[in-house]
Amino acid sequence: MPIFANIAYDTAHLLDTFVLVLSFALLYQRRLFAVLTIYAWQALCLAAAAAWQAYAQDAPHLYITAAIALVFKAIVIPLALHRIIVYLNIHRSIETALGIGPTMAVGVGLVALSILLVLPVTAAAGALTRESLAAALSVVLLGLLMMITRRNAVSQVVGFMSLENGLILAAVGVKGMPLVVELSIAFSVMVAFIIFGIFFFHIRERFDTLDIHDMERFRGEER
Amino acid sequence: MRPALLELLQFSLLVALAPLLTGLVRKLKARLNGRIGPGLLQPYRDLLRLLRKEVVLAPNASWLFRASPYLIFAAIWLAAAIVPTFATGLALSRTADLIALVALLGTARFALALAGMDVGTSFGGIGSSREMMIASLAEPAMLMVIFTVALLVRSTSLPHIAEYLLMHDVGIRISLLLGLLALLIVAIAENARIPVDNPATHLELTMVHEAMVLEYSGRHLALIEGAAMVKLQLYVSLVAAVFFPWGLARDFGDASAVAIGVGLYVLKLAFAGAVFALFETSIAKMRVFRLAELLGGALLLGLLAAIFLYVSQEL
Repeated sequence: MPIFANIAYDTAHLLDTFVLVLSFALLYQRRLFAVLTIYAWQALCLAAAAAWQAYAQDAPHLYITAAIALVFKAIVIPLALHRIIVYLNIHRSIETALGIGPTMAVGVGLVALSILLVLPVTAAAGALTRESLAAALSVVLLGLLMMITRRNAVSQVVGFMSLENGLILAAVGVKGMPLVVELSIAFSVMVAFIIFGIFFFHIRERFDTLDIHDMERFRGEER
Repeated sequence: MRPALLELLQFSLLVALAPLLTGLVRKLKARLNGRIGPGLLQPYRDLLRLLRKEVVLAPNASWLFRASPYLIFAAIWLAAAIVPTFATGLALSRTADLIALVALLGTARFALALAGMDVGTSFGGIGSSREMMIASLAEPAMLMVIFTVALLVRSTSLPHIAEYLLMHDVGIRISLLLGLLALLIVAIAENARIPVDNPATHLELTMVHEAMVLEYSGRHLALIEGAAMVKLQLYVSLVAAVFFPWGLARDFGDASAVAIGVGLYVLKLAFAGAVFALFETSIAKMRVFRLAELLGGALLLGLLAAIFLYVSQEL
């Protein structure tokens, strides 16, 4: 069937799209546990994308990237965050600094921005590389947006993690990315996660909440 | 002679299978809920019973109220006939394109909303206003998807789109996937399915479609319910024709191609019914005021699809 003529690129794009759409789902979601589930799905799609690139580019070290994404990001981190939420008894609905609708609109603006950025840079590359890079950059920017628009520290961390998913997505799409770089990204994220975890407990201890808004008072930013 | 016969087959297939699709969704939903549920043919029986019953009209009902069911059914039936279900070369689907389809659906919705307000009950008014709110959000999303597909294929004619996607190596494009998602959300909203509206409820403050048709009875109600069933099938056919056009017959001289087309079409309908049932049992109805976010999301997905189309074009 002609529709499956270019299966290598098609599958890569399918997975890229899933990661991007799940980024939007993260922005759309209001409940904390659902955010974690969507994040886990995004990491799963990322792992699948990395594994597929490993197979398509014949680059076995990408399998390690896929395994890291699968084990840590799709399983360990969501479970750990889940336990933290239960343990700290955090309020489970998310307060957003901006409404969901405007946030999504800004998100689409960011996607357009990332496309505008990618277009001149990759003028020489094929259409398919361009789509991949645009999707990855969009995921990074949407992660940033999520960190900005959410008041709850846990969802800000999820935003940070999904930003990092975008970085990995860009890395696996490019041929010849050394393993060292990917490993160092993965471990820096792990370290960041641990530090965030400790922060959660300290913030909670001091302020009795994980709502960042309440901390502004202590910094003299009260309005 | 032969094209006319096939055209007739297309029209009759739509009306003949639509209640079956609805029956299938209801049956599967009942089974998933742990109930046995009515048989697959129950919607046919319901429609027949309604057709035999007398019409009860409110004293202040105008001609609009009486004419609307016929107009709605005709518009939706015609719109459904535009979509290529089993073959691409039918004369009617060549003459009208996707924009005409949206216009026909819009006409039907307009008539329904007017009829909902005609008698002057509060429920009808609520239903109509909500329907219009949903429509004002869903229609741009649908048009966005249409523009995306039309830009990709360079045509708004449905059979041409289906043929192009069948013959050319388009591949799995980001735009097409985003468009599919957007169209699915629109389909759910337009058919008053679960996260947006509950098709099984008749007395609830959150209902939309049922609130508008609350005053209808007898053959009028049969026509409106039939139109709703055909509309569900229309959206399934639309998604199937644009995104899964496999098996559409292109050669009319070949009877086996037509048979394969019809067979695959029925399979696609059954699959869509199963997906609908599974989706609706796993999700709860949304608050009405959240709908703007859902449908806004569909619009944004459609917009993204159009944006990505420009990236993917060779410079």
